[in-house]
Amino acid sequence: MKRKLEEQFFKFLMILCTLSISGILLMIIWTITSKGAGSLTWDIVSKIPEGGFYIGKGGGILNAIIGSIYITIGATILGLLVSIPVVLYINVYAKKNSWLATTTRLTSDILFGIPSIVYGAFGFTIMIYFGLKTSLLAGTITVTLLVIPILVRTMDEVFRVVPEDIGNAVYSLGGTRWETAKIMIRQCVPGIITAILLSFGRAIGDAACVLFTAGYTDSIPTSLDQPTATLPLAIFFQLSSPIEEVQNRAYAAALILTIIVLIISFTAKYFSKKLSKNKI
Amino acid sequence: MKNLRLTIDKITGNVFLIFTLLATVTVILIGAGLYYKSAPILHSNSLSSLLLSAEWKPFKSSFGFLSYIAGTLSITAIAIIIALPISLLTGIYLSEYAHAKVKRALLPPIDLLSGIPPVIYGVWGVLIIVPFVQEKIAVHFVEFSSGYSTLAGGIVLAIMIIPLIISILLEVFSTIPDGLREASLSVGATKWETIKFVVLKKSMPGIIAAVVLAISRAFGETIAVLMVCGNIPEIPHSIFDSCYPLPALIANNYGEMLSVPMYESALMLAAFILFIIIFLFNAISRIILYRLERSSN
Repeated sequence: MKRKLEEQFFKFLMILCTLSISGILLMIIWTITSKGAGSLTWDIVSKIPEGGFYIGKGGGILNAIIGSIYITIGATILGLLVSIPVVLYINVYAKKNSWLATTTRLTSDILFGIPSIVYGAFGFTIMIYFGLKTSLLAGTITVTLLVIPILVRTMDEVFRVVPEDIGNAVYSLGGTRWETAKIMIRQCVPGIITAILLSFGRAIGDAACVLFTAGYTDSIPTSLDQPTATLPLAIFFQLSSPIEEVQNRAYAAALILTIIVLIISFTAKYFSKKLSKNKI
Repeated sequence: MKNLRLTIDKITGNVFLIFTLLATVTVILIGAGLYYKSAPILHSNSLSSLLLSAEWKPFKSSFGFLSYIAGTLSITAIAIIIALPISLLTGIYLSEYAHAKVKRALLPPIDLLSGIPPVIYGVWGVLIIVPFVQEKIAVHFVEFSSGYSTLAGGIVLAIMIIPLIISILLEVFSTIPDGLREASLSVGATKWETIKFVVLKKSMPGIIAAVVLAISRAFGETIAVLMVCGNIPEIPHSIFDSCYPLPALIANNYGEMLSVPMYESALMLAAFILFIIIFLFNAISRIILYRLERSSN
Protein backbone atom coordinates (compact mmCIF):
# COMPACT_ATOMS: atom_id res chain seq x y z
CA MET A 1 0.00 0.00 0.00
CA LYS A 2 2.78 2.36 0.99
CA ARG A 3 4.60 1.93 -2.28
CA LYS A 4 1.44 2.64 -4.26
CA LEU A 5 0.92 5.77 -2.21
CA GLU A 6 4.47 6.90 -2.83
CA GLU A 7 4.00 6.41 -6.55
CA GLN A 8 0.73 8.36 -6.52
CA PHE A 9 2.40 11.17 -4.62
CA PHE A 10 5.29 11.47 -7.04
CA LYS A 11 3.03 11.14 -10.05
CA PHE A 12 1.00 14.03 -8.72
CA LEU A 13 4.18 16.09 -8.29
CA MET A 14 5.28 15.20 -11.81
CA ILE A 15 2.05 16.30 -13.41
CA LEU A 16 2.15 19.47 -11.33
CA CYS A 17 5.69 20.29 -12.52
CA THR A 18 4.90 19.49 -16.14
CA LEU A 19 1.81 21.66 -16.14
CA SER A 20 3.53 24.50 -14.31
CA ILE A 21 6.15 24.70 -17.07
CA SER A 22 3.42 25.31 -19.63
CA GLY A 23 1.88 27.68 -17.10
CA ILE A 24 5.08 29.70 -16.86
CA LEU A 25 5.26 29.99 -20.65
CA LEU A 26 1.70 31.29 -20.78
CA MET A 27 2.42 33.65 -17.90
CA ILE A 28 5.47 35.11 -19.65
CA ILE A 29 3.54 35.61 -22.88
CA TRP A 30 0.59 37.07 -20.99
CA THR A 31 2.75 39.48 -18.96
CA ILE A 32 4.59 40.75 -22.04
CA THR A 33 1.38 41.04 -24.07
CA SER A 34 -0.67 42.83 -21.44
CA LYS A 35 2.15 45.26 -20.65
CA GLY A 36 3.19 45.85 -24.23
CA ALA A 37 -0.11 45.94 -26.09
CA GLY A 38 -1.13 49.29 -24.63
CA SER A 39 1.93 51.08 -26.00
CA LEU A 40 2.19 49.20 -29.27
CA THR A 41 1.25 51.80 -31.83
CA TRP A 42 1.88 52.08 -35.54
CA ASP A 43 4.40 54.85 -34.82
CA ILE A 44 6.60 52.52 -32.81
CA VAL A 45 7.12 50.08 -35.63
CA SER A 46 7.23 52.61 -38.46
CA LYS A 47 9.31 55.55 -37.20
CA ILE A 48 12.85 56.06 -36.06
CA PRO A 49 13.47 57.97 -32.80
CA GLU A 50 12.72 61.67 -33.05
CA GLY A 51 14.23 64.47 -30.99
CA GLY A 52 13.56 63.94 -27.28
CA PHE A 53 12.73 60.28 -27.82
CA TYR A 54 14.52 59.25 -24.66
CA ILE A 55 12.59 61.69 -22.50
CA GLY A 56 9.29 60.33 -23.74
CA LYS A 57 8.67 62.27 -26.94
CA GLY A 58 7.67 60.91 -30.35
CA GLY A 59 9.21 58.35 -32.61
CA GLY A 60 9.58 54.61 -32.76
CA ILE A 61 12.08 51.82 -32.83
CA LEU A 62 12.19 51.11 -36.55
CA ASN A 63 15.96 51.63 -36.38
CA ALA A 64 16.28 48.74 -33.93
CA ILE A 65 13.92 46.45 -35.87
CA ILE A 66 15.75 47.04 -39.15
CA GLY A 67 19.15 46.76 -37.43
CA SER A 68 18.24 43.42 -35.88
CA ILE A 69 16.93 42.11 -39.20
CA TYR A 70 20.12 43.19 -41.02
CA ILE A 71 22.37 41.52 -38.47
CA THR A 72 20.26 38.38 -38.25
CA ILE A 73 20.00 37.86 -42.01
CA GLY A 74 23.65 38.72 -42.57
CA ALA A 75 24.85 36.40 -39.83
CA THR A 76 22.63 33.54 -40.95
CA ILE A 77 23.81 33.78 -44.56
CA LEU A 78 27.48 33.98 -43.53
CA GLY A 79 26.88 31.16 -41.06
CA LEU A 80 25.34 28.96 -43.76
CA LEU A 81 28.28 29.60 -46.09
CA VAL A 82 30.56 28.12 -43.44
CA SER A 83 28.36 25.47 -41.89
CA ILE A 84 26.95 23.75 -44.99
CA PRO A 85 30.47 22.82 -46.20
CA VAL A 86 31.31 21.62 -42.68
CA VAL A 87 28.20 19.46 -42.42
CA LEU A 88 28.72 18.06 -45.91
CA TYR A 89 32.34 17.28 -45.17
CA ILE A 90 31.69 15.34 -41.99
CA ASN A 91 28.69 13.49 -43.43
CA VAL A 92 29.62 12.84 -47.07
CA TYR A 93 33.35 13.33 -47.63
CA ALA A 94 34.88 12.09 -44.37
CA LYS A 95 34.67 8.45 -43.40
CA LYS A 96 31.83 7.58 -41.07
CA ASN A 97 32.78 8.23 -37.45
CA SER A 98 36.24 9.41 -38.44
CA TRP A 99 38.34 11.25 -35.90
CA LEU A 100 37.80 14.61 -37.59
CA ALA A 101 34.03 14.15 -37.77
CA THR A 102 33.81 13.27 -34.08
CA THR A 103 36.05 16.17 -33.09
CA THR A 104 34.03 18.59 -35.19
CA ARG A 105 30.78 17.42 -33.60
CA LEU A 106 32.26 17.69 -30.11
CA THR A 107 33.68 21.14 -30.83
CA SER A 108 30.42 22.49 -32.18
CA ASP A 109 28.63 21.10 -29.14
CA ILE A 110 31.12 22.91 -26.93
CA LEU A 111 30.90 26.12 -28.96
CA PHE A 112 27.12 25.90 -28.69
CA GLY A 113 27.52 26.06 -24.92
CA ILE A 114 29.85 29.07 -24.90
CA PRO A 115 27.78 32.05 -23.69
CA SER A 116 27.14 34.97 -25.99
CA ILE A 117 28.92 37.41 -23.67
CA VAL A 118 32.15 35.49 -24.36
CA TYR A 119 31.51 35.72 -28.10
CA GLY A 120 30.86 39.40 -27.57
CA ALA A 121 34.17 39.89 -25.77
CA PHE A 122 35.99 37.85 -28.43
CA GLY A 123 34.28 39.78 -31.21
CA PHE A 124 35.38 42.98 -29.53
CA THR A 125 38.96 41.69 -29.45
CA ILE A 126 38.90 40.91 -33.18
CA MET A 127 37.31 44.26 -33.86
CA ILE A 128 40.10 46.13 -32.06
CA TYR A 129 42.72 43.92 -33.71
CA PHE A 130 41.53 44.83 -37.20
CA GLY A 131 40.96 48.46 -36.23
CA LEU A 132 37.19 48.31 -36.77
CA LYS A 133 34.73 50.45 -34.86
CA THR A 134 31.41 49.28 -33.44
CA SER A 135 29.51 48.67 -36.64
CA LEU A 136 27.00 46.59 -38.51
CA LEU A 137 29.92 44.56 -39.89
CA ALA A 138 31.50 43.82 -36.49
CA GLY A 139 28.09 42.91 -35.04
CA THR A 140 27.28 40.63 -37.95
CA ILE A 141 30.63 38.80 -37.73
CA THR A 142 30.23 38.23 -34.00
CA VAL A 143 26.69 36.93 -34.36
CA THR A 144 27.91 34.70 -37.22
CA LEU A 145 30.35 33.08 -34.78
CA LEU A 146 27.44 32.54 -32.42
CA VAL A 147 25.14 30.88 -34.97
CA ILE A 148 27.66 28.62 -36.74
CA PRO A 149 27.58 25.97 -33.97
CA ILE A 150 23.76 26.08 -33.94
CA LEU A 151 23.61 25.60 -37.70
CA VAL A 152 26.22 22.82 -37.72
CA ARG A 153 24.59 20.91 -34.86
CA THR A 154 21.04 21.16 -36.18
CA MET A 155 21.87 20.32 -39.79
CA ASP A 156 24.23 17.53 -38.77
CA GLU A 157 21.43 15.81 -36.88
CA VAL A 158 19.36 15.79 -40.07
CA PHE A 159 22.17 14.74 -42.43
CA ARG A 160 23.19 11.93 -40.10
CA VAL A 161 19.88 10.12 -40.37
CA VAL A 162 19.79 10.14 -44.18
CA PRO A 163 20.02 6.44 -45.06
CA GLU A 164 23.43 5.35 -46.24
CA ASP A 165 21.78 3.63 -49.20
CA ILE A 166 21.22 6.97 -50.89
CA GLY A 167 24.96 7.57 -51.00
CA ASN A 168 25.62 3.99 -52.05
CA ALA A 169 23.09 4.28 -54.88
CA VAL A 170 24.84 7.39 -56.20
CA TYR A 171 28.29 5.78 -55.95
CA SER A 172 27.12 2.60 -57.68
CA LEU A 173 26.02 4.70 -60.65
CA GLY A 174 29.50 6.18 -60.81
CA GLY A 175 28.64 9.44 -59.04
CA THR A 176 31.18 11.46 -57.11
CA ARG A 177 31.01 12.62 -53.49
CA TRP A 178 30.03 16.12 -54.66
CA GLU A 179 27.11 14.67 -56.59
CA THR A 180 26.08 12.71 -53.51
CA ALA A 181 26.33 15.91 -51.48
CA LYS A 182 23.95 17.70 -53.86
CA ILE A 183 21.39 14.92 -53.50
CA MET A 184 21.81 14.93 -49.71
CA ILE A 185 21.13 18.66 -49.62
CA ARG A 186 17.91 18.18 -51.58
CA GLN A 187 16.90 15.41 -49.20
CA CYS A 188 17.52 17.61 -46.17
CA VAL A 189 15.89 20.88 -47.25
CA PRO A 190 13.28 20.92 -44.45
CA GLY A 191 16.06 20.26 -41.93
CA ILE A 192 18.16 23.07 -43.34
CA ILE A 193 15.18 25.43 -43.09
CA THR A 194 14.62 24.40 -39.47
CA ALA A 195 18.29 25.09 -38.74
CA ILE A 196 18.07 28.51 -40.42
CA LEU A 197 14.99 29.41 -38.37
CA LEU A 198 16.61 28.27 -35.12
CA SER A 199 19.66 30.37 -35.85
CA PHE A 200 17.40 33.26 -36.78
CA GLY A 201 15.58 33.02 -33.47
CA ARG A 202 18.78 32.90 -31.48
CA ALA A 203 20.45 35.70 -33.42
CA ILE A 204 17.57 38.14 -33.26
CA GLY A 205 17.12 37.73 -29.51
CA ASP A 206 20.72 37.93 -28.47
CA ALA A 207 21.85 41.05 -26.69
CA ALA A 208 25.19 40.24 -25.09
CA CYS A 209 26.86 39.57 -28.43
CA VAL A 210 25.97 42.86 -30.10
CA LEU A 211 26.40 44.97 -26.97
CA PHE A 212 30.13 45.40 -27.57
CA THR A 213 30.23 45.10 -31.30
CA ALA A 214 27.22 46.66 -33.03
CA GLY A 215 26.94 49.79 -30.93
CA TYR A 216 23.69 51.75 -30.81
CA THR A 217 22.34 54.57 -32.92
CA ASP A 218 19.08 56.33 -33.66
CA SER A 219 19.34 56.04 -37.42
CA ILE A 220 19.06 53.13 -39.79
CA PRO A 221 22.54 52.10 -40.98
CA THR A 222 23.21 52.67 -44.67
CA SER A 223 26.61 50.99 -44.86
CA LEU A 224 28.49 48.18 -43.16
CA ASP A 225 30.80 50.44 -41.17
CA GLN A 226 28.04 52.34 -39.37
CA PRO A 227 26.87 51.36 -35.91
CA THR A 228 23.40 49.92 -35.65
CA ALA A 229 20.67 49.55 -33.06
CA THR A 230 19.20 46.15 -32.23
CA LEU A 231 15.87 45.14 -30.71
CA PRO A 232 17.13 43.43 -27.53
CA LEU A 233 19.33 46.42 -26.74
CA ALA A 234 16.45 48.80 -27.48
CA ILE A 235 14.43 46.93 -24.85
CA PHE A 236 17.32 46.84 -22.41
CA PHE A 237 18.25 50.52 -22.68
CA GLN A 238 14.70 51.85 -22.62
CA LEU A 239 13.72 49.73 -19.64
CA SER A 240 16.51 51.25 -17.56
CA SER A 241 15.08 54.73 -18.16
CA PRO A 242 13.23 56.31 -15.22
CA ILE A 243 10.61 57.90 -17.51
CA GLU A 244 7.38 55.97 -17.80
CA GLU A 245 6.70 56.61 -21.50
CA VAL A 246 10.14 55.30 -22.38
CA GLN A 247 9.64 52.23 -20.20
CA ASN A 248 6.30 51.57 -21.85
CA ARG A 249 8.02 51.61 -25.20
CA ALA A 250 10.43 49.00 -23.87
CA TYR A 251 7.43 46.76 -23.14
CA ALA A 252 6.08 47.37 -26.63
CA ALA A 253 9.49 46.49 -28.08
CA ALA A 254 9.54 43.35 -25.92
CA LEU A 255 6.15 42.38 -27.33
CA ILE A 256 7.40 42.90 -30.89
CA LEU A 257 10.46 40.72 -30.23
CA THR A 258 8.33 38.03 -28.57
CA ILE A 259 5.93 37.96 -31.52
CA ILE A 260 8.82 37.65 -34.00
CA VAL A 261 10.43 34.85 -32.00
CA LEU A 262 7.15 32.96 -31.58
CA ILE A 263 6.43 33.16 -35.31
CA ILE A 264 9.93 31.83 -36.02
CA SER A 265 9.47 28.99 -33.51
CA PHE A 266 6.12 27.93 -34.94
CA THR A 267 7.44 28.00 -38.50
CA ALA A 268 10.41 25.89 -37.40
CA LYS A 269 8.01 23.41 -35.77
CA TYR A 270 6.06 23.20 -39.03
CA PHE A 271 9.14 22.39 -41.06
CA SER A 272 10.50 19.83 -38.62
CA LYS A 273 7.12 18.11 -38.70
CA LYS A 274 7.35 18.06 -42.48
CA LEU A 275 10.78 16.54 -42.12
CA SER A 276 9.55 13.64 -40.03
CA LYS A 277 6.97 12.95 -42.73
CA ASN A 278 9.73 12.83 -45.36
CA LYS A 279 11.66 10.21 -43.43
CA ILE A 280 12.21 7.04 -45.37
CA MET B 1 34.00 15.50 -68.91
CA LYS B 2 34.97 12.78 -66.53
CA ASN B 3 38.04 14.73 -65.49
CA LEU B 4 36.02 17.86 -64.79
CA ARG B 5 33.69 15.94 -62.49
CA LEU B 6 36.57 14.44 -60.59
CA THR B 7 38.27 17.82 -60.33
CA ILE B 8 35.12 19.41 -58.91
CA ASP B 9 34.88 16.58 -56.42
CA LYS B 10 38.49 17.06 -55.37
CA ILE B 11 38.25 20.82 -55.09
CA THR B 12 35.04 20.76 -53.04
CA GLY B 13 36.56 18.06 -50.84
CA ASN B 14 39.59 20.20 -50.05
CA VAL B 15 37.66 23.44 -49.60
CA PHE B 16 35.15 21.74 -47.30
CA LEU B 17 38.00 20.21 -45.31
CA ILE B 18 39.49 23.67 -44.79
CA PHE B 19 36.12 25.01 -43.57
CA THR B 20 35.76 22.07 -41.20
CA LEU B 21 39.22 22.62 -39.77
CA LEU B 22 38.51 26.35 -39.42
CA ALA B 23 35.25 25.70 -37.57
CA THR B 24 37.06 23.37 -35.20
CA VAL B 25 39.95 25.73 -34.62
CA THR B 26 37.57 28.59 -33.68
CA VAL B 27 37.33 27.28 -30.14
CA ILE B 28 41.12 27.48 -29.77
CA LEU B 29 41.16 30.93 -31.38
CA ILE B 30 38.59 32.25 -28.91
CA GLY B 31 40.59 30.91 -25.97
CA ALA B 32 43.88 32.27 -27.34
CA GLY B 33 42.37 35.67 -28.18
CA LEU B 34 40.93 36.13 -24.71
CA TYR B 35 44.12 34.92 -23.05
CA TYR B 36 46.21 37.30 -25.15
CA LYS B 37 44.01 40.19 -24.01
CA SER B 38 44.03 39.19 -20.36
CA ALA B 39 47.78 38.48 -20.24
CA PRO B 40 48.76 42.02 -19.03
CA ILE B 41 46.72 41.73 -15.84
CA LEU B 42 47.86 38.18 -15.22
CA HIS B 43 51.45 39.43 -15.31
CA SER B 44 50.96 42.44 -13.06
CA ASN B 45 48.68 40.85 -10.44
CA SER B 46 49.02 37.42 -8.91
CA LEU B 47 46.32 34.91 -9.69
CA SER B 48 45.45 34.47 -6.03
CA SER B 49 44.97 38.21 -5.50
CA LEU B 50 42.72 38.30 -8.56
CA LEU B 51 40.55 35.38 -7.57
CA LEU B 52 40.55 35.59 -3.78
CA SER B 53 40.30 39.30 -3.10
CA ALA B 54 37.02 41.16 -3.08
CA GLU B 55 38.57 44.58 -3.55
CA TRP B 56 37.52 46.03 -6.91
CA LYS B 57 39.07 49.45 -7.38
CA PRO B 58 40.04 49.83 -11.02
CA PHE B 59 41.53 53.29 -10.46
CA LYS B 60 43.97 51.91 -7.87
CA SER B 61 44.53 48.92 -10.13
CA SER B 62 43.25 46.43 -7.61
CA PHE B 63 41.08 43.92 -9.37
CA GLY B 64 39.66 41.31 -7.00
CA PHE B 65 37.05 39.14 -8.65
CA LEU B 66 35.85 37.40 -5.49
CA SER B 67 32.53 39.20 -5.08
CA TYR B 68 31.69 38.64 -8.75
CA ILE B 69 32.63 34.98 -8.54
CA ALA B 70 30.56 34.66 -5.35
CA GLY B 71 27.65 36.33 -7.15
CA THR B 72 27.86 33.95 -10.10
CA LEU B 73 28.16 30.89 -7.85
CA SER B 74 25.24 31.84 -5.63
CA ILE B 75 22.73 32.55 -8.40
CA THR B 76 23.84 29.38 -10.20
CA ALA B 77 23.36 27.34 -7.03
CA ILE B 78 19.86 28.76 -6.49
CA ALA B 79 18.96 28.16 -10.12
CA ILE B 80 20.09 24.52 -10.03
CA ILE B 81 18.36 23.83 -6.71
CA ILE B 82 15.08 25.10 -8.16
CA ALA B 83 15.44 23.74 -11.68
CA LEU B 84 16.77 20.23 -11.08
CA PRO B 85 13.82 18.71 -9.15
CA ILE B 86 11.28 20.30 -11.49
CA SER B 87 13.14 19.13 -14.60
CA LEU B 88 13.70 15.63 -13.20
CA LEU B 89 10.03 15.17 -12.32
CA THR B 90 8.90 16.57 -15.67
CA GLY B 91 11.48 14.52 -17.57
CA ILE B 92 10.45 11.30 -15.82
CA TYR B 93 6.79 12.04 -16.40
CA LEU B 94 7.22 12.77 -20.09
CA SER B 95 9.50 9.81 -20.76
CA GLU B 96 7.97 7.11 -18.51
CA TYR B 97 4.33 7.95 -17.78
CA ALA B 98 2.89 10.27 -20.40
CA HIS B 99 1.06 8.82 -23.39
CA ALA B 100 2.37 9.72 -26.81
CA LYS B 101 -0.52 12.15 -27.28
CA VAL B 102 0.10 13.92 -23.97
CA LYS B 103 3.78 14.08 -24.79
CA ARG B 104 3.10 15.64 -28.17
CA ALA B 105 0.99 18.29 -26.47
CA LEU B 106 3.46 19.07 -23.67
CA LEU B 107 6.77 19.14 -25.52
CA PRO B 108 6.10 22.25 -27.67
CA PRO B 109 5.72 24.61 -24.68
CA ILE B 110 9.12 23.44 -23.41
CA ASP B 111 10.66 24.09 -26.82
CA LEU B 112 9.05 27.51 -27.01
CA LEU B 113 10.34 28.36 -23.56
CA SER B 114 13.89 27.61 -24.69
CA GLY B 115 13.44 29.88 -27.70
CA ILE B 116 12.42 32.98 -25.77
CA PRO B 117 15.25 35.55 -25.83
CA PRO B 118 17.08 36.29 -22.55
CA VAL B 119 16.07 39.94 -22.64
CA ILE B 120 12.38 38.92 -22.56
CA TYR B 121 13.06 36.78 -19.49
CA GLY B 122 14.70 39.87 -18.05
CA VAL B 123 11.65 42.07 -18.69
CA TRP B 124 9.38 39.40 -17.24
CA GLY B 125 11.68 39.02 -14.24
CA VAL B 126 11.55 42.77 -13.57
CA LEU B 127 7.75 42.82 -13.90
CA ILE B 128 6.84 39.65 -12.00
CA ILE B 129 9.69 37.99 -10.11
CA VAL B 130 11.31 41.09 -8.57
CA PRO B 131 8.05 42.41 -7.04
CA PHE B 132 7.14 38.86 -6.01
CA VAL B 133 10.44 38.42 -4.15
CA GLN B 134 10.14 41.85 -2.57
CA GLU B 135 6.50 41.71 -1.49
CA LYS B 136 5.77 38.04 -0.96
CA ILE B 137 9.00 36.36 0.13
CA ALA B 138 11.52 38.85 1.48
CA VAL B 139 9.12 40.54 3.91
CA HIS B 140 8.95 37.36 5.96
CA PHE B 141 12.70 37.12 6.38
CA VAL B 142 14.44 40.49 6.21
CA GLU B 143 13.57 44.07 7.02
CA PHE B 144 14.04 45.38 3.55
CA SER B 145 14.87 44.03 0.15
CA SER B 146 14.46 45.87 -3.13
CA GLY B 147 13.58 42.59 -4.78
CA TYR B 148 16.52 42.96 -7.15
CA SER B 149 18.31 40.11 -5.50
CA THR B 150 20.29 36.91 -5.78
CA LEU B 151 17.04 35.00 -5.34
CA ALA B 152 15.31 36.84 -8.20
CA GLY B 153 18.32 36.14 -10.43
CA GLY B 154 18.26 32.49 -9.41
CA ILE B 155 14.55 32.08 -10.13
CA VAL B 156 14.74 33.68 -13.58
CA LEU B 157 17.83 31.63 -14.38
CA ALA B 158 16.12 28.44 -13.18
CA ILE B 159 13.27 28.95 -15.63
CA MET B 160 15.78 29.56 -18.42
CA ILE B 161 17.72 26.34 -17.81
CA ILE B 162 14.72 24.04 -17.20
CA PRO B 163 14.08 23.42 -20.95
CA LEU B 164 17.77 22.61 -21.46
CA ILE B 165 17.87 20.06 -18.61
CA ILE B 166 14.59 18.44 -19.68
CA SER B 167 15.66 18.02 -23.30
CA ILE B 168 18.92 16.34 -22.28
CA LEU B 169 17.17 14.15 -19.67
CA LEU B 170 14.67 12.94 -22.26
CA GLU B 171 17.56 11.93 -24.52
CA VAL B 172 19.31 10.19 -21.64
CA PHE B 173 16.20 8.27 -20.54
CA SER B 174 15.61 7.13 -24.11
CA THR B 175 19.03 5.43 -24.11
CA ILE B 176 17.96 3.09 -21.27
CA PRO B 177 16.98 -0.23 -22.90
CA ASP B 178 13.34 -1.24 -22.39
CA GLY B 179 14.55 -4.72 -21.47
CA LEU B 180 15.89 -3.37 -18.18
CA ARG B 181 12.56 -1.79 -17.30
CA GLU B 182 10.70 -4.97 -18.20
CA ALA B 183 13.07 -7.11 -16.13
CA SER B 184 12.40 -4.94 -13.10
CA LEU B 185 8.63 -4.91 -13.63
CA SER B 186 8.57 -8.68 -14.13
CA VAL B 187 10.01 -9.33 -10.67
CA GLY B 188 7.17 -7.37 -9.11
CA ALA B 189 8.52 -3.84 -8.80
CA THR B 190 6.04 -1.04 -9.33
CA LYS B 191 6.60 1.44 -12.12
CA TRP B 192 7.87 4.02 -9.66
CA GLU B 193 10.28 1.52 -8.08
CA THR B 194 11.54 0.65 -11.55
CA ILE B 195 12.16 4.32 -12.22
CA LYS B 196 13.87 4.85 -8.87
CA PHE B 197 16.08 1.77 -8.84
CA VAL B 198 16.66 1.10 -12.53
CA VAL B 199 16.05 4.07 -14.78
CA LEU B 200 17.45 6.80 -12.54
CA LYS B 201 20.37 4.66 -11.39
CA LYS B 202 21.27 3.70 -14.92
CA SER B 203 21.00 7.29 -16.16
CA MET B 204 23.07 8.82 -13.34
CA PRO B 205 26.01 9.77 -15.60
CA GLY B 206 23.59 11.39 -18.03
CA ILE B 207 21.81 13.28 -15.26
CA ILE B 208 25.16 14.54 -13.99
CA ALA B 209 26.08 15.61 -17.52
CA ALA B 210 22.77 17.48 -17.83
CA VAL B 211 23.40 19.29 -14.54
CA VAL B 212 26.94 20.21 -15.54
CA LEU B 213 25.68 21.60 -18.85
CA ALA B 214 22.99 23.54 -17.02
CA ILE B 215 25.59 24.97 -14.62
CA SER B 216 27.70 26.17 -17.49
CA ARG B 217 24.68 27.73 -19.17
CA ALA B 218 23.85 29.47 -15.90
CA PHE B 219 27.41 30.77 -15.49
CA GLY B 220 27.30 32.58 -18.79
CA GLU B 221 23.78 33.98 -18.83
CA THR B 222 24.10 37.72 -19.00
CA ILE B 223 21.27 40.06 -19.84
CA ALA B 224 18.37 38.40 -18.03
CA VAL B 225 20.34 38.03 -14.81
CA LEU B 226 21.84 41.49 -15.07
CA MET B 227 18.35 43.00 -15.19
CA VAL B 228 17.09 41.40 -11.97
CA CYS B 229 20.02 40.78 -9.63
CA GLY B 230 20.75 44.33 -8.54
CA ASN B 231 24.43 44.59 -9.52
CA ILE B 232 26.07 45.66 -6.26
CA PRO B 233 29.67 44.42 -6.17
CA GLU B 234 29.62 42.80 -2.75
CA ILE B 235 29.61 39.22 -1.63
CA PRO B 236 25.90 38.45 -1.04
CA HIS B 237 25.25 37.39 2.57
CA SER B 238 21.67 36.33 2.09
CA ILE B 239 19.60 35.39 -0.92
CA PHE B 240 17.79 38.71 -0.59
CA ASP B 241 21.00 40.71 -1.07
CA SER B 242 21.89 42.03 -4.48
CA CYS B 243 24.74 40.37 -6.26
CA TYR B 244 26.93 41.07 -9.27
CA PRO B 245 27.75 38.06 -11.45
CA LEU B 246 30.80 37.95 -13.75
CA PRO B 247 28.93 38.26 -17.09
CA ALA B 248 27.08 41.31 -15.77
CA LEU B 249 30.42 42.87 -14.86
CA ILE B 250 31.61 42.45 -18.45
CA ALA B 251 28.37 43.70 -19.98
CA ASN B 252 27.99 46.75 -17.75
CA ASN B 253 31.47 48.13 -18.25
CA TYR B 254 32.18 47.70 -21.92
CA GLY B 255 31.90 51.44 -22.58
CA GLU B 256 34.48 52.71 -20.12
CA MET B 257 36.75 49.76 -20.77
CA LEU B 258 39.42 51.57 -22.71
CA SER B 259 39.91 54.64 -20.56
CA VAL B 260 41.34 53.03 -17.41
CA PRO B 261 44.64 51.15 -17.73
CA MET B 262 44.28 47.41 -17.12
CA TYR B 263 40.51 47.69 -16.93
CA GLU B 264 40.02 46.18 -20.36
CA SER B 265 42.45 43.43 -19.52
CA ALA B 266 40.58 42.71 -16.28
CA LEU B 267 37.26 42.42 -18.10
CA MET B 268 38.82 40.17 -20.72
CA LEU B 269 40.16 38.03 -17.89
CA ALA B 270 36.60 37.72 -16.61
CA ALA B 271 35.56 36.53 -20.08
CA PHE B 272 38.55 34.18 -20.19
CA ILE B 273 37.64 32.65 -16.80
CA LEU B 274 34.07 32.09 -18.00
CA PHE B 275 35.37 30.59 -21.25
CA ILE B 276 37.74 28.13 -19.57
CA ILE B 277 35.22 26.91 -16.97
CA ILE B 278 32.42 26.56 -19.50
CA PHE B 279 34.71 24.91 -22.04
CA LEU B 280 35.78 22.26 -19.52
CA PHE B 281 32.26 21.67 -18.19
CA ASN B 282 30.86 21.34 -21.69
CA ALA B 283 33.62 19.06 -22.89
CA ILE B 284 33.23 16.72 -19.90
CA SER B 285 29.47 16.46 -20.09
CA ARG B 286 29.38 16.09 -23.87
CA ILE B 287 31.90 13.24 -23.70
CA ILE B 288 29.75 11.52 -21.05
CA LEU B 289 26.67 11.95 -23.27
CA TYR B 290 28.51 10.66 -26.38
CA ARG B 291 29.54 7.54 -24.46
CA LEU B 292 25.97 6.95 -23.30
CA GLU B 293 24.65 7.33 -26.81
CA ARG B 294 27.25 4.97 -28.24
CA SER B 295 26.71 2.31 -25.57
CA SER B 296 22.99 2.31 -26.27
CA ASN B 297 23.45 1.77 -30.01
